Amino acid sequence: MFLVATISLLIGMVLVLVRLFFGPTVYDRVLAVNAFGTHTVLFIGVLGFLMGRPDFLDIALLYALINFVGTITILKFFKYRVIGDPHRDIEERSG
Amino acid sequence: MQNLNFLFDIISWTLLLAGSFFIIIGSFGIYKFPEFWSRLQASSVIDSLGLYAILLGLGVQSGFTFVTVKLIIIGLFLFLTGPTSTHALANAAFISGLRPEEKPETN
Repeated sequence: MFLVATISLLIGMVLVLVRLFFGPTVYDRVLAVNAFGTHTVLFIGVLGFLMGRPDFLDIALLYALINFVGTITILKFFKYRVIGDPHRDIEERSG
Repeated sequence: MQNLNFLFDIISWTLLLAGSFFIIIGSFGIYKFPEFWSRLQASSVIDSLGLYAILLGLGVQSGFTFVTVKLIIIGLFLFLTGPTSTHALANAAFISGLRPEEKPETN
């Protein structure tokens, strides 16, 4: 039964990757990356149960953390064009 | 005791199958829907139904162990960060001038 969940997660990952490569706007791609990260968290967890090593859940938790930070960072970069403190960098550029 | 284990297996298998179903539905929606806002709505199916169904199924399968605590931690974290990142994405798209189509094309 874990095998069914693993295969369905793989099918979902392929569909989301197609959207990631062909997405017309950048927000479609960010949405696809976010959904792909959720798929990956679930895939690592289910794969740990399938192989009888549930310790993989630590890696899944780490991947969830990195996925959230990555999405927020990409969105902030596309909004302000800097990753650090936007107001200070804009003041330094203009002044 | 045998019947109880069988009952737990049935519950977890049902949850895992339901989660797989909703994940395929959500991914197909992301692949197939015509514009950004409808794709956003399709991805919420994954974030709300498929994710927690699969996590609950794994938790029922593992019983009262430390693995379930890790699953609950993953679920709580994704419960907080999933809507946050989706809101940030929708807000950034809206600020950048992307709007829902008034009359979607019928094909």
